[in-house]
Amino acid sequence: MSKEVIKVDNVGMRFNLMEKKVDNLKEFFIKFIKNEIRYQEFWALRNISFKVNKGDRLGILGLNGAGKSTLLKIIAGVLKASEGEINVKGKIVPLLELGAGFDAQYTGAENIYLYGAVLGYPKEFINERFNEIVEFSELGDFINVPVKNYSSGMKARLGFSIATIMEPEILILDEVLSVGDAKFRKKSEKRILDMFDKGITVLFVSHSVEQIRRICSRAIILDKGCLVADGPVEEICNLYEEKYIEEKVVKKPKKKKKKKKKAAAGTELIQEPDKTAIQETTKEAEGGADTESSGISETDKTDAQ
Amino acid sequence: MDRVFKNFKKYRYLLFELTKKNIKLKYRRSYLGILWTLLEPILTTFVLTVVFINLRGKKDLSFPVYILTGRLLYSFFAQSTKQAMKSIRSNSGMIKKVYVPKYIYPLSNILSNYIIFLISMIVLFGSMIIFKVYPTKYIFNAVIPLILLLILSLGMGLILATLAVFFRDMEYLWGVVLMMIMYTAAIFYDAGLVTSQWIFYFNPIYHIIVNFRNSVFGSPLDMEALLISLGYSFISLIIGIVMFYKKQDKFILNI
Repeated sequence: MSKEVIKVDNVGMRFNLMEKKVDNLKEFFIKFIKNEIRYQEFWALRNISFKVNKGDRLGILGLNGAGKSTLLKIIAGVLKASEGEINVKGKIVPLLELGAGFDAQYTGAENIYLYGAVLGYPKEFINERFNEIVEFSELGDFINVPVKNYSSGMKARLGFSIATIMEPEILILDEVLSVGDAKFRKKSEKRILDMFDKGITVLFVSHSVEQIRRICSRAIILDKGCLVADGPVEEICNLYEEKYIEEKVVKKPKKKKKKKKKAAAGTELIQEPDKTAIQETTKEAEGGADTESSGISETDKTDAQ
Repeated sequence: MDRVFKNFKKYRYLLFELTKKNIKLKYRRSYLGILWTLLEPILTTFVLTVVFINLRGKKDLSFPVYILTGRLLYSFFAQSTKQAMKSIRSNSGMIKKVYVPKYIYPLSNILSNYIIFLISMIVLFGSMIIFKVYPTKYIFNAVIPLILLLILSLGMGLILATLAVFFRDMEYLWGVVLMMIMYTAAIFYDAGLVTSQWIFYFNPIYHIIVNFRNSVFGSPLDMEALLISLGYSFISLIIGIVMFYKKQDKFILNI
């Protein structure tokens, strides 16, 4: 019964990094004549293939630089893939960065019409929904103020409320839900979950594994441009945490004292092996004249309890 | 081809919105606002008349009209090509975030300038009444050079927009070329005074101005000028479309 709405087939994206960026005519001609134009290839994505069905909520996980934003841009049509094919059926509403293409000099209200036009909607459509959009964004009278005077939270709220009320069939969110206070985050998550009944497809990038667990039904992991995992959200999130979050902590044993406090905020699994290791090292230090470390080790013990 | 038309239909409201935005924002912060569109040609024509009246001889009372017929068209050409050239870079925010057919950006800039240009024609009509240059049946021919001017600006705009994305100093280069075009377009002097007539063949807007003047001052269209301006306009449009289309996918990598 599920209809395929996005098909990514063997997609790759290659960027040419020139050794020295040449962007004027004079330099270009000189280098051309001297035959010094050299390109260094960088494959941001390679051999990416996956399918998304209608109603899927796909989370995309990966470290910084893995290629997540690049992939979203290709699906949204902003970038053209160097190789491979993309098939998308349905209206895409991308929220790729804060602001979604607002013009800073225009007021919030004018930008609503502009963004609606950008998505391909006629004026009547936007007129009907105008009040709803303003209400959801909670901007009130600020809607008539130029967007350049908005705070980043206000821009996020406006962008999000326009994007969701525009009845998207495919919603693409690239880390936009991480901006905004807790109240906004709750509201926007609820909004997305409400829209699922209408069968909307969502592509969601976030560094907050918790959010992905809450919102998504499926997830994929990208690592340096390659697709390394694809499956149901629980499984993939656990895999991501094991492989990518634990790695950071285990690699730096010397800084364990401070790391332990950081790890306490993250997942439970990792804390226990470290705790015993720290207690051993601090016992050794206690024997010495190092009063500082013993002070820390005591607070560590109380912390653990 | 069918897909291009379908796409255009989908985004024609956006074209309207962007054109509207360009016009609105152009005068938003200024005190005189849209009035400046009329004031600027009046002031510059006044200065040009006073400075160059000797080249024409004191007996010609319609000199301001002569100047305006050239100056208004040149202004439009210069402004619209300059703005179209910058249009991709200045809309880089939107280009990087959402898909829109990219030719909409230079097109909307040229259209908004064209609308402002048509408004400034009020000054021309005003001066025609003041200086007793009354329209004859030939005035209707004016539509042809005006359309050709639009096509020429669109073509040049697309070419420049493409080049300016990859070569930033195109803006300065074009400024110099525009200056040459201005001085060789016979805006404030009589073309007959120039000994090396071949120079006019290299000026893309000269022939359009010639025919526009003919229709304003009551003579039939000059066929040679018409053919040359048709050539310039359509060739630049075709080159512009081809260049833009081929390079548009690479724009985002350079802005």
